Amino acid sequence: MSRRTLLVLAIALAAIVVAAAIGLEMLQPRPLPQRETTPAATAPNPATQVLLKGEYLARAGDCVACHTLPNGRPFAGGRAMPTPFGNLYVPNITPDDETGIGQWTADEFYRMMHTGVGRDGTLLYPAMPFASYTKVTREDCDAIYAYLMSVQPVKQRNRPHELRFPYNKRDLLIGWRALYFKEGEYAPDPKQSAQWNRGAYLVQGLGHCSMCHTAVNALGGSSESQAFEGGMIPNQNWYAPSLTSNREAGLGEWSIKDIMDLLQVGVSSRATVYGPMAEVVYNSLQYMTDEDTEAMAVYLKALPQRDSEPPPTSQARLVSPEVMETGRTVYATQCAMCHGGEGKGQPPHFPPLAGNQSITMTSPVNSIRMVLNGGYPPGTKKNPRPYGMPPFAHVLNDAQAAAVVTYIRVAWDNSGTPVTAAQVTPLRSLLPE
Amino acid sequence: MRNRRLIVAIALSMGWATHAGGQSSTVPGFSTLDSMEARVQGCVTCHGRNGEGANSGYFPRIAGKPAGYLYNQLAAFRDGTRQYPPMNYLVAYLPDAYLREMANYYAKLRPPFEARDAAPADVAMLERGKVIATAGDPRVGIPPCIACHGSRLTGMEPGIPGLVGLRAPYISAQLTRWRVGSRHAAEPDCMKRIVSRLSEADVAAVSAWLARQDPPADPSPESSNLVRMPLACGSQQ
Repeated sequence: MSRRTLLVLAIALAAIVVAAAIGLEMLQPRPLPQRETTPAATAPNPATQVLLKGEYLARAGDCVACHTLPNGRPFAGGRAMPTPFGNLYVPNITPDDETGIGQWTADEFYRMMHTGVGRDGTLLYPAMPFASYTKVTREDCDAIYAYLMSVQPVKQRNRPHELRFPYNKRDLLIGWRALYFKEGEYAPDPKQSAQWNRGAYLVQGLGHCSMCHTAVNALGGSSESQAFEGGMIPNQNWYAPSLTSNREAGLGEWSIKDIMDLLQVGVSSRATVYGPMAEVVYNSLQYMTDEDTEAMAVYLKALPQRDSEPPPTSQARLVSPEVMETGRTVYATQCAMCHGGEGKGQPPHFPPLAGNQSITMTSPVNSIRMVLNGGYPPGTKKNPRPYGMPPFAHVLNDAQAAAVVTYIRVAWDNSGTPVTAAQVTPLRSLLPE
Repeated sequence: MRNRRLIVAIALSMGWATHAGGQSSTVPGFSTLDSMEARVQGCVTCHGRNGEGANSGYFPRIAGKPAGYLYNQLAAFRDGTRQYPPMNYLVAYLPDAYLREMANYYAKLRPPFEARDAAPADVAMLERGKVIATAGDPRVGIPPCIACHGSRLTGMEPGIPGLVGLRAPYISAQLTRWRVGSRHAAEPDCMKRIVSRLSEADVAAVSAWLARQDPPADPSPESSNLVRMPLACGSQQ
């Protein structure tokens, strides 16, 4: 064959290959052509908007945390809520007609949220935070109702409460309500900004922060005059710090950014959430918009600061040299790697201990528990891969744990007081190995 | 090196370390802040810096176990379907994707094995343990451990854990938990069927024998398609 014939053949062959490739390419399925969309077509219809709003507000109220069993179907209830008065079993709030709230009307739902009275007229136990939810507006309440009516109904019968006498007598709640319940939607304070008012509405209402951050007395009530002054959380054995004391979790000296991070991200350059507050961030606060988170931060920062007790005297802060030495040694071995020799941490991932209010506050419970049990902050949208602290319960005996907690409470100009081994012992049994 | 010696010296002086070096691997430590190694510091005081497990007995080796198995355990601890309060607490608020990342991280690690259990034990008991592990007991329908956990006892992808390197107290505690119904796996729960056929003496025997086995040169789990399993197991499906 001449070179010319070869060339022609080669060109013909190439043409066939190209044609085949084009043919195959044309046979390939393609993505559907993009339709011209107008803003009107993409915006959700009004009914959808109400449902989305209701879902958001239900998150703000953290309904799912109590009304869902671990790994259970959302809102189907059944979770035991231990109280000092016995176990309560949280009801099914899915829209099942028979076992849930399917037959409730919006009016009945609002009356329950606003006054703590059930559909059939029974008085609710105040484990349901109606003393906070009473502040929720009718419009917001209706959105939450619409959302709950839209979720998957689950047929699951409510379990009766197991309260001890006399707490199983609901008539007693009349007295409780007279003492501790004030009905009424949130009334905006005209002297404050719209942002502050939005924050107050969320914190006092759906956020029901006072359920933990205001001390609960022997009757299970919390006094408004002590609002946000902190207290032990019954049956959880964590201390909910005061939000009104700069010596505890008072936020008066914090930047708005740090407060927002703590609430929404779970870690900040000043502190990290663990324990019950980690649950709140995980289930609720991480879903709040930046705007609402900032409003809450503005309100919390502006809470009046009133330290209920004077700072500890230098006498109360005396630590024996042996305890200090044990604490220093444990710290150098186990803690300094992450929290630094000077307690400055590596924020936001390893929190600072120097100048950290949650460590120096009067109650040492949380610090002791962190040393014994360690902890992971919640994995959130803005911090999906948090850094964790290991447990030391099996590494340190009570005296060593007390010494290292004492050390971090008094070192680096921290203003805390020493801790004894006897304070460690009872906390050790909370998470049995 | 000086640092390490200092740590060991401190540990010794405080009466912790029973064998030098072993304990220092359960003291927090990492090289880069933005790394999984730093993120899983929450695990090191029990499972060791590289997942080798603590020499003290109970805390299991997790390094090199199949990622699917490790993820199943982390998710079960988070959701409360496997109960061990210190673990339930630690992982309570961690999302799926992150638990998977932790599982993948430990599945890839191959730290050296701690010294195996060498304490004297009853010869007849160890012999019974060996029979259960390597031949099973067909009279009562007990398949050999190696049928699923691998001929080298290194487990099988994706959901069956390696047994080599675990301590007797941990193995017997897990078998006992299965027996009393407090530990279970995805249905069909093959371990539940097996454990229901083991006597208490069998549990002690097989745990003791397993804890005395030398680690193989290659501790990687077997691939899932090498063997036909004697029982249907939910975690392999």
